[in-house]
Amino acid sequence: MPIRTVLQGLLCLFLVFFWVSPAVADVIRFGYLELNKDARYDERRLFFRTLSRPLGPPFAGAEVAIREARFVGQALGVSFELERARGADAAALLAELDRLHGEGVRFFLLDAPGNVVAEIAQQTRGRELLLFNVSAPDDALRQAQCQAHLYHTIPNHGMQTDALAQFLVSRKWRNVLMLQGPLDDDKLIGAAFEASASRFGLKLVDKRDFVLSNDPRQREQGNVSLLTSGPDYDVVFVADSDGEFARSVPYRTVRPRPVVGAEGLVAEAWHWAWPRHGAPQLSGRFEKHAKRHMASVDWGAWIAVKAVIEAVVRTENADFPALVAYLGGDEITIDGFKGNRLGFRDWDRQLRQPLLIATHNAIIERAPIEGFLHQTNNMDTLGFDRRDSQCKP
Amino acid sequence: MRSRSLTLALVAGLTLAMPMSAALAKDTGHIFISSENDNAVTVLDGQTFEVVKTIPTGERPRDMKLTADREQIFVIASNDERVDVIDIARLEVVRSIDVGDDPEMFDFSKDGSLIYVSNEDAAKVSVVDVAGNKIVATIEVGEEPEGILVSKDGSRLYVTSEVANMVHVIDTSNNEIMANIVVGNRPRRFADTPDGSEVWVTNELGASVTIIDGRTHEIKGTISFEPQGFRRDDVTPVGITMTGDGKTAYVTLGRANHFAVVDVASREIKQYVLVGSRAWGVTLSRDESRLVVVNGLSDDISIVDTSTNRVLRSVPVGRVPHTAVIDD
Repeated sequence: MPIRTVLQGLLCLFLVFFWVSPAVADVIRFGYLELNKDARYDERRLFFRTLSRPLGPPFAGAEVAIREARFVGQALGVSFELERARGADAAALLAELDRLHGEGVRFFLLDAPGNVVAEIAQQTRGRELLLFNVSAPDDALRQAQCQAHLYHTIPNHGMQTDALAQFLVSRKWRNVLMLQGPLDDDKLIGAAFEASASRFGLKLVDKRDFVLSNDPRQREQGNVSLLTSGPDYDVVFVADSDGEFARSVPYRTVRPRPVVGAEGLVAEAWHWAWPRHGAPQLSGRFEKHAKRHMASVDWGAWIAVKAVIEAVVRTENADFPALVAYLGGDEITIDGFKGNRLGFRDWDRQLRQPLLIATHNAIIERAPIEGFLHQTNNMDTLGFDRRDSQCKP
Repeated sequence: MRSRSLTLALVAGLTLAMPMSAALAKDTGHIFISSENDNAVTVLDGQTFEVVKTIPTGERPRDMKLTADREQIFVIASNDERVDVIDIARLEVVRSIDVGDDPEMFDFSKDGSLIYVSNEDAAKVSVVDVAGNKIVATIEVGEEPEGILVSKDGSRLYVTSEVANMVHVIDTSNNEIMANIVVGNRPRRFADTPDGSEVWVTNELGASVTIIDGRTHEIKGTISFEPQGFRRDDVTPVGITMTGDGKTAYVTLGRANHFAVVDVASREIKQYVLVGSRAWGVTLSRDESRLVVVNGLSDDISIVDTSTNRVLRSVPVGRVPHTAVIDD
């Protein structure tokens, strides 16, 4: 009996010893969910190297972030792992999510188009997990379709068009001709730009629909010269989610005017040519790993992992609710290599961040442009500010 | 006859001049400033602030330090992956030392025989034998190492990792990491107290300085900088230096265009002083009566009187100045 008690005591001590130092064995796993076939990364489209499009799937961005965490993980006694899962559609990805969740994964990177992100977020409401939208720029995901557990690291369309509008205002190029494509996503971009134009005082001289066609019967809509003739304007904005049309607009306009939006000059989360705040080192690490340049979605995946790691480090790997509170709170300092301290907006969980106004090989400006001020944080002049938010998760 | 006296005079002049120039090599009063975009070190007269000479160096000169005998200046040439050694008497580069990928900052070992160099791209610290001109060891550290400091007793090496947000403490006897300390965001550079009991590190995105206990590696405190009229996001501390008595620290605040004067014992911020655009580098004169602040984006330096903490002068230098060294 006494021996048994002693043994029990020893066992207890043993358990307590290992239980109070769980950090030693802690593994924090990230799930990475993507479609088997995602048209956005189709090789034939990547070939165009359109300025506003990805250069490849962003998984490599998440891998670079995991590698960067090895030392800080050692210091905390935590290791970080990344698991990639694929599926044909939202339902298949949900099944993968369930499987990984069952294995203890709580942080999921979603690399999928907006409708798939919306569906997965809707179906996982109230569960102990976080979703990070790393590649879908749809405004609706931040508004009507927003969810409490859905965080966005990629900027939405409105942030991009606000950044470009600020730039145009700062250049005094106030009169804009907009060319808009036939796809649903083109219309979303067009609507975002119209909202930005009225917000920052740009004048839309005309809005014309284009089609990607050589059909002479559609030449009014397919020929860039015809599309850009008529009353004068300072600049052409092309709303083209696909990019194939946009790439043929610069230098084909009737008037010698710059082209912005999908080609010429774009507002992006990341660009390989960004030279400041440690960016060349990050771009270099990415290039070494992925054998290609780093683009916005790659940054989106990278910063999602970085944000979680930052919360784990600063809370000393607290339990899930405390970690989420820190991640979404005001105190967090997320380093996006863009010079500012980044954090998530508490009203729609969009990562507030500067955007890079870029050509094919240079950063012309960083938005928010100097002079566009906000009462609390100038980065909130881009996209949905608290008062614009319709997010009610 | 005439020509002979001339020769004699010349010889006499030369013999006089030679020891003089050797004497001038020490304590010239010159201020040396590395300029990243000029591939040169600008030498200013310490009194008139006129340019004495522009010394061509390797590409992208950054961190600089005087050798212990104060006869040479070592300057990192990042893009050429080397350290150029400037002879102060001759005001020219006399030799170069290979120091590995993308070097940014460095420090000397206690006896001066080695330099420890942070290799930013490679996430390494290179240990370089100065006399032998070769890398004798590399130490793997967190991504983007920058600030580097050898403790006063030479036994420890402190290195920041800007990406991992930590300070590595390395045992210089075996080049092994003895501690990893999580500090504020984007840690940049160091200063330490004379007794080594405190190591201060600036956190660029954290808008703060973290104070590390030099003996236990525990964090002893944090000082946050909040100059009036600036939002936290615009306060980006990078450069730091401390007086020889360990009583006062000077911290440059980057985008906030100020530096802070901090009382080390009480942690109290005594004053914020306006300087130029993106103030990073900061150096004290030997008698500590002057402080030189290097303003990276206004291409100038600010000369500060430390008794009043007033800027005496702004002096234009090269493009994107990085570090100042005073030979006084």
